[in-house]
Amino acid sequence: MLLLLALGIGTLAGCGVWLLLRARTFDVVLGMTLLSYAVNLFIFAMGQVMVGAVPIVEAGRVATLSNTADPLPQALVLTAIVISFAMTAVLLAIALRTQAETGSDHVDGQEPR
Amino acid sequence: MAGAAALFNGHEVIAPIVLPLVAGACLILLEKARSRWVPWVSVAATLLQLMLAVLLVGQASAGEVQAYLLGNWQAPYGIALALDRLSALMLLLTTVVACGALVYALGGDAERGLHFHALFQFQLMGLAGAFLTADLFNLFVFFEVLLAASYGLLLHGATRQRLRASVHYVVFNLTGSALFLIAVSLLYALTGTLNMADLALKVPALPPQDLRLALAAGSMLLVVFAVKAALLPLYFWLPDTYAGASAPVAALFAIMTKVGVYAIARMTTLVFGPAWLGAAALVLPTLALATLVLAAIGVLAATQLRGLVAYLVVGSAGTLLLALGLGTPGTLAAGLFYLVNSTLVAAAWFLIADRIAAARGGVDRLDARPWAGGWVPLGVAFFIAAVAAAGMPPLAGFFGKALLLQAAGQTPIAVWVVALVLGSSLAMMVALARAGSTLFWKPAGGALPAGATGAASPPAAAHTLAIVALLSAVVATSVGAGPLSAYTAAAAQQLMARQGYIDAVLGARAVAPAYDVRREMRERGDTK
Repeated sequence: MLLLLALGIGTLAGCGVWLLLRARTFDVVLGMTLLSYAVNLFIFAMGQVMVGAVPIVEAGRVATLSNTADPLPQALVLTAIVISFAMTAVLLAIALRTQAETGSDHVDGQEPR
Repeated sequence: MAGAAALFNGHEVIAPIVLPLVAGACLILLEKARSRWVPWVSVAATLLQLMLAVLLVGQASAGEVQAYLLGNWQAPYGIALALDRLSALMLLLTTVVACGALVYALGGDAERGLHFHALFQFQLMGLAGAFLTADLFNLFVFFEVLLAASYGLLLHGATRQRLRASVHYVVFNLTGSALFLIAVSLLYALTGTLNMADLALKVPALPPQDLRLALAAGSMLLVVFAVKAALLPLYFWLPDTYAGASAPVAALFAIMTKVGVYAIARMTTLVFGPAWLGAAALVLPTLALATLVLAAIGVLAATQLRGLVAYLVVGSAGTLLLALGLGTPGTLAAGLFYLVNSTLVAAAWFLIADRIAAARGGVDRLDARPWAGGWVPLGVAFFIAAVAAAGMPPLAGFFGKALLLQAAGQTPIAVWVVALVLGSSLAMMVALARAGSTLFWKPAGGALPAGATGAASPPAAAHTLAIVALLSAVVATSVGAGPLSAYTAAAAQQLMARQGYIDAVLGARAVAPAYDVRREMRERGDTK
């Protein structure tokens, strides 16, 4: 299962970086989104990846990381999701405004001469 | 001073973060209701922030690191703020530059779009938080706050050039943030903690295969901070962005590169110092020297005054990272001294360049053009700023470079350091002299051409006040170079002796509550 998770993170990150290097602003926005998916999965995977464990201390079980899921990476992922959501919105707004002002959706603001 | 500290009851460490946050929120409300109050509230908040920064510098120069526990949770479990000499110095520098930039913006730039003052306050909040935090993920959050505010400020009064520059700036920084998250979570997986002081204890104690992974995470952090600090392969966003921003925003951005320098200083001296300097000791100084050389070439090749100033900023970043990378207490002290001076000079430069452009019909190309108004005061300001930027005596840039060259004499690459620092200073001096004589002394008669992009406008009182204030601060660092260099030397010593920071943060105990509800409930037998 860890192999599947690692392959997923790698694929998302690779696709995201490839799109990020494209010349159209929409591709760049999509690439940023995919890259942020990959990063969020990575942060989540940095806590011990267990099947069916909850980040809650239950009565009668010793509260170690082998019994419960680590709540801190989940909190980090939530923070990262919120921040990247806001930044994607800002990036989209900038891309749309640039396209309206310059008439081109090339990342340089003008078509290559 | 003691009375003022008692007024805050121990909360003076978090006040520089809370004050701009509350001020920014109030400004958003006031923009609709009482828009005439907005500039006054903004100026009042920034002046209060300046007084707070002076108070904190006074407290920090006593020598002890002061920790503040957020939510009263003890250090590795809760987020802590830490105030030491370096944090206090950076905070004071930020507020001085912010006061200058804000006063300049009141002369007309703040009305060109919406929400300038609120964004300005949020930017100050992000900067204060980044300098004060002692937790790595909290550093990421405050980086995002200051970057988000900077996107808004950069786009303020959106012109075509500004929008073009901002697409690159935003995408580049978002990618850097993604890398930051990867590095932070990797460090968490290896050590189980995000607190910087705790990392400082745990990272050197890792087994060898984990240590290699931790060094990889540290290198990723170095890349992220190098994006902010404009180090060699990652500085190409800076000239376009700074040339495209409006003048007060560019002046405030002069402190943003220093956030990257501060973060590198904190991480290398606290967490990665012993392990890193052994493995890759020469990488950072080599890249910094290359940055310096390329910045010198950029300064010589600049065709616009704003572009020239942007490359001066890159050059100063290269010098600072050289001082940090060499890693000895002497070079660190010289770097901190040079940091204060170069930030103030860069901020003053952007304002002066804007005024020069405005007096020549809105164009700042380095060619002969007729002047619309008095060029003597601007010429004097240009001269003072050029002397400060090139690092010539009697101003403090010379002391900073001299201290750096003196301290670098003991390091193995001393010959390269001396040669390249002096060579780049010569190049910058030549470029500045040529720019000055082209702008001020080349004869170009006649009225301004009709096709000038903007009407030549005389400087408003706010503009003059801001430039005079920042240049006075530059001269003050020269006059007060003795106390300032003593402070920065002590700050460097405090950074190298990391045990004081670790003990202060990890040893901070929760403050006893003024009113203990739980105890009262227990005594009354109300608990379940």
